[in-house]
Amino acid sequence: MAVDKEKWIVDPQTPWQQTTLGGIIPTGGNAKYYITGGWRANRPVFDAEKCKDCRLCFPVCPDSSIVLKDGKMAGIDYDHCKGCGVCCEVCPFGALEYVEGGQEE
Amino acid sequence: MAKKDKLSGNEAVAIAMRQINPGVVAAFPITPSTEVPQYFASFVNDGLVDTEFVPVESEHSAMSASIAASAAGARAMTATSSNGLALMYEMLYIAASSRTPVIMSCVNRTVSGPLNIHNDHSDSMGARDSGWIQVYGENNQEAYDNFIIGTKVAEDPDVMLPFMNCYDGFITSHSVENIELMEDQEVKDFVGEFNPEYALLKSPSAYGPLALQGYHYETKRQQAEGMKNAKEAILKYSAEFEKLTGRKYGLYEEYKLDDAEIAIVIIGSTAGTAKYTVDQLREKGIKAGLLKIRVFRPFPKEEIAEVLKHVKAVAVLDKTCSLNDAGAPLFLEVRSALYDLETRPMLINYIYGLGGRDVKTSDIESVYNDLAEIVKAGKTDNVYRYLGLAEE
Repeated sequence: MAVDKEKWIVDPQTPWQQTTLGGIIPTGGNAKYYITGGWRANRPVFDAEKCKDCRLCFPVCPDSSIVLKDGKMAGIDYDHCKGCGVCCEVCPFGALEYVEGGQEE
Repeated sequence: MAKKDKLSGNEAVAIAMRQINPGVVAAFPITPSTEVPQYFASFVNDGLVDTEFVPVESEHSAMSASIAASAAGARAMTATSSNGLALMYEMLYIAASSRTPVIMSCVNRTVSGPLNIHNDHSDSMGARDSGWIQVYGENNQEAYDNFIIGTKVAEDPDVMLPFMNCYDGFITSHSVENIELMEDQEVKDFVGEFNPEYALLKSPSAYGPLALQGYHYETKRQQAEGMKNAKEAILKYSAEFEKLTGRKYGLYEEYKLDDAEIAIVIIGSTAGTAKYTVDQLREKGIKAGLLKIRVFRPFPKEEIAEVLKHVKAVAVLDKTCSLNDAGAPLFLEVRSALYDLETRPMLINYIYGLGGRDVKTSDIESVYNDLAEIVKAGKTDNVYRYLGLAEE
C-alpha cells in the first residue's frame, strides 16, 4: 500500500497522509500502468494470415490496444483491450474474430 | 495608508476582487449577489483588472468554470445567493474534494420556497458539510476584510480548500456604510500569487479521477485534515491582517462575555443589533453577553466551549430552520461543543429572521429576558423556540 512516484500509481487504501492532494494524478501517460484487460467479457482474436495491414482497426480502438510494429498490424494488447469488438466489426478481411470468453481458456 | 469610503457590502467586495485581480471570475446574476459581478464587470470593461470574466449560463456553470480555472492554476472567484448556491450544490463538493481553492461570496438569502429574496442563512447553512470554509461577516467592513483574508487562507498549502465569504443579503450587501479600504498594492502584497503545487497548465495532470472503494475514504480524510488546518491558517492570516490594518479578527468575537451570566450566540448582521441590546441591558446592571461566530467551518468547538462554560444560560440564534424537530445547525453544534464540559450552561435555540423578517432590539431583549427567567427557574422547559413569529 503505497505510492509509486515514478509511475504515479497509488495503491488502494494507501494511508491518507501519503496520497496526492484531492487524488490528483500529477503526471500524464500513466494510464498504461492500469491493467483493464480483466474487464473483458469477450475478446478479439487476430489472424495474421488474413490481415492486409489496412489498419482500419487502429483508429477505431477506444483503448489504443491495436499494436502496430513498423506500420504493420502486430496483434492485440490484451492487458488493456476491454473486448468491445469494434475492431472485429470494422475489419474488411475477417482477420479479427470476436470470440466468446474474455480470456484464453 | 487606508482609504476611508462609503460603500455597500457588495461594492466593497467587488473592490476587494479588483484589488486582488484574480485570473478568472465566472458568475451568474442572482439577487442579492448580482452587484458583485456587476461592479466587477465594469472594472473588467474599464481595463482595471486582467481577469478573464466568464458570464456563464447558470450557477452550476459558474462553479464548474471556477473549479476548472483553479485546477488550471488560476485564482478563481465567483458570487451567488440562495437558489443560485443550491444550483451549484453538486459542484461545491467537487471544488472541495478536488482541493481547488475557489473564492466565493455567498450573499445570504433564503432558499425558496416560499419564494422570497430576503435574508436568512438557509443557503450557506445547507452547504455546511460540502467541504467549504465558511466565514460570516457582520457588516460591510467584515465582508471586505474576510474576503481578503479568506483568499489567503484558502490557498495555504496546508489548507487548499474553497472559501465561502458569507454576509447578509440586503442588510449588509446593499446598505451603505463607512468603510476603510486597504491600498491596492497592500492587498496584492498580502494575498500574493496563487502558486499551487499541481496545476493543469504547469504539467499534464488529472483532476477529479475516479476514486472507488480503495481511494474515496482516504481522500475524504485528507480533506478533513485540510479543514482542520484551516483554523490555524485563519488565525495566522487574521493576525497578519491586523498588523496591516489594525482590525482584529478571531474565530469568533466575544462581546461583554467575560462576566456574563446570560448570553446569545449568533451569526451575521444581527450581532450588531444584539450588541446594542447588550449595552442597554448592561446599563440596567444585567450581566448580558454575546458570542458572535465568525468562522462556522471549521467549527471552533473547543474554543466555544471554553468561552461559554461560565455562562448560566445561553440562547443560540439560528437564521435558518432545519425542519428536523430537534434544533437548527448552530444550536446543534454549539450544544455538541458543550457536551464534554463538566458543568454546562443551560441552552435554548431560537429560530429568527427567516425570509428577512425584521429583528428588532426588543426581540433580542425578549431573548435575554427569557434567559433570565430560565436562570431563575433553573430549567429550560421548551428548548426549541421561535422569535418574532406571528402565532396565536
